[in-house]
Amino acid sequence: MEIPYTDKARPDTGLYNAKVGLWLFLASEIMLFGALFSSYIMLRVGADEGVWPAVKLAWPHHLLNVPIGTFNTAVLITSSVTVVMAWASLKMNNFKRFRMFMVITILCAFAFLGIKSYEYNEKFTHYELRLKDGKALTGHLEVNGKHPGFWSPSDLWNLPRLTSSNVTEVKFVADPMEGHGGHASHEALTVKVDEISHLDAFIPRNHTFFAIYFTITALHGLHVLGGALVLAYFTFPGAGMWKTNPEQFTNRIEVGGLFWHFVDLVWIFLFPVVYLL
Amino acid sequence: MAQTTTSKSGAHGVHAAHEAHHDHHELGFMSKYIFSSDHKVIGIQYGITALIFLLFGFFLVGCMRWQLAYPGRAIPLLGGLLETFLGKDMAAGGIMQGDLYNAFGAMHGTIMVFLAIVPLAFGAFGNFVTPLQIGAPDMAFPRLNMASYHFYFFGGVVMLASFFIPGGAARSGWTSYSPLATTAQFGQAFNGQTAWLIGMVLLITSSLLGAVNFITTIIQLRTKGMSWMRMPFFVWAQFVTAFLLLLAFPPLEAAGILQLMDNVFHTSFFLPTGLVVNGAQLPVSGGGSPLLWQHLFWFLGHPEVYVLILPAMGIVSEVIANNTRKPLWGYKSMVYSSICIGFLSFIVWAHHMYLTGMGTKISTFFQTTTMMISIPSVTILTALFISLWGGSIRFNTASLFALAFLPMFGIGGLTGLPLGFNASDIYLHDSYYVIGHFHYVVAPGTIFGLLAGIYFWYPKATGRFLNETLGKIHFWGSLVCMNLVFAPMFIQGFKGMSRRLYDGGATYFLETDPTALKLNIYITHSAIALGVFQLPFIWNFFASLFVGRKVTNDNPWDATTLDWATPTPPPHGNFLREPVVYRGPYEYSVPGAAKDFTPQNQPT
Ligand code: HEM
Ligand SMILES: [Cu+2]
Repeated sequence: MEIPYTDKARPDTGLYNAKVGLWLFLASEIMLFGALFSSYIMLRVGADEGVWPAVKLAWPHHLLNVPIGTFNTAVLITSSVTVVMAWASLKMNNFKRFRMFMVITILCAFAFLGIKSYEYNEKFTHYELRLKDGKALTGHLEVNGKHPGFWSPSDLWNLPRLTSSNVTEVKFVADPMEGHGGHASHEALTVKVDEISHLDAFIPRNHTFFAIYFTITALHGLHVLGGALVLAYFTFPGAGMWKTNPEQFTNRIEVGGLFWHFVDLVWIFLFPVVYLL
Repeated sequence: MAQTTTSKSGAHGVHAAHEAHHDHHELGFMSKYIFSSDHKVIGIQYGITALIFLLFGFFLVGCMRWQLAYPGRAIPLLGGLLETFLGKDMAAGGIMQGDLYNAFGAMHGTIMVFLAIVPLAFGAFGNFVTPLQIGAPDMAFPRLNMASYHFYFFGGVVMLASFFIPGGAARSGWTSYSPLATTAQFGQAFNGQTAWLIGMVLLITSSLLGAVNFITTIIQLRTKGMSWMRMPFFVWAQFVTAFLLLLAFPPLEAAGILQLMDNVFHTSFFLPTGLVVNGAQLPVSGGGSPLLWQHLFWFLGHPEVYVLILPAMGIVSEVIANNTRKPLWGYKSMVYSSICIGFLSFIVWAHHMYLTGMGTKISTFFQTTTMMISIPSVTILTALFISLWGGSIRFNTASLFALAFLPMFGIGGLTGLPLGFNASDIYLHDSYYVIGHFHYVVAPGTIFGLLAGIYFWYPKATGRFLNETLGKIHFWGSLVCMNLVFAPMFIQGFKGMSRRLYDGGATYFLETDPTALKLNIYITHSAIALGVFQLPFIWNFFASLFVGRKVTNDNPWDATTLDWATPTPPPHGNFLREPVVYRGPYEYSVPGAAKDFTPQNQPT
């Protein structure tokens, strides 16, 4: 006996198997990201007052680059449109157009990831500095002329590493402070290491905001990557099925597209929560 | 996305598998037993693996029980082995050390819940029986099904391997509460807890794939005439269970990822500000919330207990209907009750957290929902009890286990009520009373249900019966010993004995109340006896494959459901021709019918 409804819809449910499966999978994904968003809320509501140095907040605000984030949102939304166009092209029996739209979708995905890793790198090279006299700053650090970042995480500086590598002073270019006139000095301060009480880049271990920001966006990024790879598989090596079983092939694209919309939707929630609020 | 594709290609792969099947009927050993996509083979793989883990989990707790009864005395027979394999820090001179006790305790819970009971109840019975009972040729996504077994298997391997990494396996309880789970071995990047988290992610992935597959199968592959209210209760139980797994596990996965970040990248999701460990402030940013872990854990944890019990209720219902030769009393209310349980089980989780200081308003809310959820549970149990009324019951081994399930689960459920009220839980929380409560539900409850299922479906799976005499020895021995093991725990709990004590409570009771300590000794002896009474079963299980009485017809129990309408054992594809269903699942002793059972596929 064949397994029924692999490509045709079951009359009483109106769905073929893979579509049911995908909707269920998305339900579990909603619970996954829902739990992470809830964690974000609980951590933010419970954050300690006055720990974020520059303007003594409980939770770092507005540290992320909104124009870049907005642009990236537009990139993902575009890809969501093109993936529908790709599916519609198959429905209209136009394989060439399908492939073109798919390629745009996949390019958008990788553009998104590229921009995201640029943003990550910005954070990995940005430092929080607290001095023993209670002063606190954020800005950029220069030690021996090196700028370790996202691609060399084990070279990032912090206080124990400075001490253990016998560095005695560092150069620090402070950010303009919100509410303090906002003039960037762009002059490097020289800071003695034995005056520092805390030094760390904007990385997960430095503050729960970064921890949750990096965790959720990285998990979302993995979904983008996984989705893009699968769509790429459908578009190139797996496209042979268009000849042998066009109906099932179209179903595949539909289901892949549904997943892609979901990935997009997560970002639509993520963007305001971490960038704007 | 990976999962989506697999599901797609899984559906697609079916054709390939079938073509291969038609071309050459001889499948190699590997593709028949190891990489099979046949739901029955996968079910049996799950079953055997889970039974081995059940035994292993029992071995772990056996060692712990020895330590509780005779603190500081070398474990006979096994102590030397433990020292050789796990080292002097863990079992110097064959004596269980504190770290080993904690590790065995954490792993006992983890293995029993996630590697033994759920895979047996859901993976094994769900896989083997569900497609048969709804008249489907296989699961909706056979290759995905195979993948879920493999994820489960590797999750198990990771958990087992974690005993041998430096510092030993996870040792912060099966609930892995933070900050303990992060600070217990702080500084060791890859420790037992990290392995636990990786293992859990694999197990969760396995369950999620399984859940998607089960629900799709039940929605899409019911055969002609198999309307929702003609589905056997077993299928309903699996259906609700699958939803629980699907929706409750992801938050634990999220929690696992966050704890992994805490342990490996030193974030502070669950670490509060100013945490001091061993006299020094922990070098982390702080600002996290230990309660967040508990919320995420119990959001899974409570639905999980219904994952443990619902499939057993399903099995027991089938066995009872069949052996009382009567329809289930109140089939519909049982179905609606199980759906109610499904919904309510998502809003009771914080009854595990009354003592965390989350506030009286929140406690009251969860107390109310907890009382509400006991109503549908009691409804199901009552319906099963009433089903016995006036039946002429056949007392074979399957039926004995199913009947014993009822009072045992009853005790477990009723002892849950005082825990659900926050006033009484303040006294009982984290005491041996809680241990007694949940073991009554899971051990003589769920495990008896599962054993009933094994005795019941063994003939369908193998073509031979299990031996009834050995079965009855197994049953009576287990019934008596289970109660001797778990009933005294209520007394210890009332006396105030805490759980997770390495010295069995000696610190508190040596002077004041030595009887509480004496009970430890009785319990341990009963546990050993319980182990001994499993030997006839293990022998029976394997020997009957070769010498068991052969079944002479495809429906040896005179049952009504479709699982008995297949050849024995069912071939790949299950049914010789697509079955059609004409009636409800339990038409036993219908007045005026030719026989005392009318199969679902018998035309009107
Ligand atoms: C039907 C009514 C039930 C009620 C009212 C109930 C209530 C509770 C409560 C309030 C606790 C927390 C006690 C504490 O930590 O202080 C608890 C613990 C527990 N229950 Fe139940 N329960 C019920 C049924 C079940 C069932 C059906 C199962 C499993 C099959 C189960 C398994 C557990 C487990 C495993 C724990 C302990 C978890 C731990 O702390 O390690 N319970 N129960
Ligand atoms: Cu609970």
